[in-house]
Amino acid sequence: MKPPPFVYHGPATLGEALDVLAEAGPGGKVLAGGQSLIPLLNMRLAAPAHIVDVNRVPGLEGIEAGPPGVRVGALARHAAVERSPGAAAAQPLLRQALRLVAHPVIRNRGTVVGSLVHADPAAEMPAVLALLGGSVRLASRGGEREVPAAEFFTGPMESALRPGELALSAFFPALPPRSGTAFHEVARRHGDYAVAGVAAAVTLDEDLRVAAARVACVSVGPVPVVLDVTAACGPRPAASIKWEAVAEAVRDRIDPEGDIHATADYRRHLAGVLAARALRDAASAARGEES
Amino acid sequence: MNETRHHVTLTVNGVLREATVPGRRLLSDCLRHDLGLTGTHVGCEHGVCGACTVLLDGEPVRSCLTFAVTVDGHEITTVEGLARDGELSPVQRAFTECHALQCGFCTPGFLCTVTAFLRDNPVPTEEEALEAVAGNLCRCTGYQNILKAVHRAAELQAELHAEEDR
Repeated sequence: MKPPPFVYHGPATLGEALDVLAEAGPGGKVLAGGQSLIPLLNMRLAAPAHIVDVNRVPGLEGIEAGPPGVRVGALARHAAVERSPGAAAAQPLLRQALRLVAHPVIRNRGTVVGSLVHADPAAEMPAVLALLGGSVRLASRGGEREVPAAEFFTGPMESALRPGELALSAFFPALPPRSGTAFHEVARRHGDYAVAGVAAAVTLDEDLRVAAARVACVSVGPVPVVLDVTAACGPRPAASIKWEAVAEAVRDRIDPEGDIHATADYRRHLAGVLAARALRDAASAARGEES
Repeated sequence: MNETRHHVTLTVNGVLREATVPGRRLLSDCLRHDLGLTGTHVGCEHGVCGACTVLLDGEPVRSCLTFAVTVDGHEITTVEGLARDGELSPVQRAFTECHALQCGFCTPGFLCTVTAFLRDNPVPTEEEALEAVAGNLCRCTGYQNILKAVHRAAELQAELHAEEDR
């Protein structure tokens, strides 16, 4: 259980980091928090020729929160984003989801952007970005590009990040007024990856009817599965909606696979139960009630 | 492959220590093999068990999921650095009093985790204490005595602070 040999690079500036990544090409891998990468190295599931450690690059740890949303830098640790009052105010779903990411000690080191680039379909952060319609900013020696969440996650553990690129930051948009969010998941043990999980966002109109309702499901597909369930809610006051019936629409539209952790049927069942809970809590939060 | 070695300087338990290590040297192995501090235990080596937890600039982290070269220039506290002037720390005393260890393999990780937790949250609720130790595995105790020790350590720490203030 030791990492395979690699050439270590510890660039001191962003320019230097991008130069090294450009030269390393497909053999280069960025190290930020390392809480997903180093287990893969220790178990020799990955053997990159070059590790580009960006921990010394200045200016990447920022958390900028404002009315449009929250921009999280490549070195912002899970714990820092979780504790940020500004981030919680601008986009409450971040803190709701971060509390479910591994354990506090892992969150001290792991980064939000790293979780996105790792693109584990069982992870919380990709689902949050996908549900909110956020984006990831990628930099290379040639320039920068902003990739929307819908195009960023391309498969299990696969993202749109190209060789030579560094994920600089991610943007989590705020929701309109009268919106609420929630995240529920079931894991075999506290802190494990979820067997299934659902993030929900509900926006109400001025008469407190559902104007928009969406969920993002984890562990039920190769990438986070985002479903719009507004139509299933109907033009009814949020307080009188039967969320279990709306959850049926989620069950019908997902196609989970079975594995050693759970059968496909069990995952489908769980996703429905969790969708009902998450939607109900999100609607309560949208009405300004504590869930 | 002839591996490049990197010179690293760490402040470990208040003492400046130096080592020359390959880039892939885990902090856990650097502490144990290069610096001879074998109090940090290595269990699963993929971040699950928590036995290797140390404090990096005061915050608990998995030393098996950190490269030594990444933390060059930083401060590390290991289990060897918790006692003060030959006196066990409140957390260490509480673990002894409450029988919160049997074989002791997981204990260094628990002690480092709980030390940082009680510094940030000196009077935790039952639920907060449970969450704090949930990332560390113990195969002997069944955790009940570890939870008792967390609360006992909070009491001992409060007594110690009261004495210091007098």
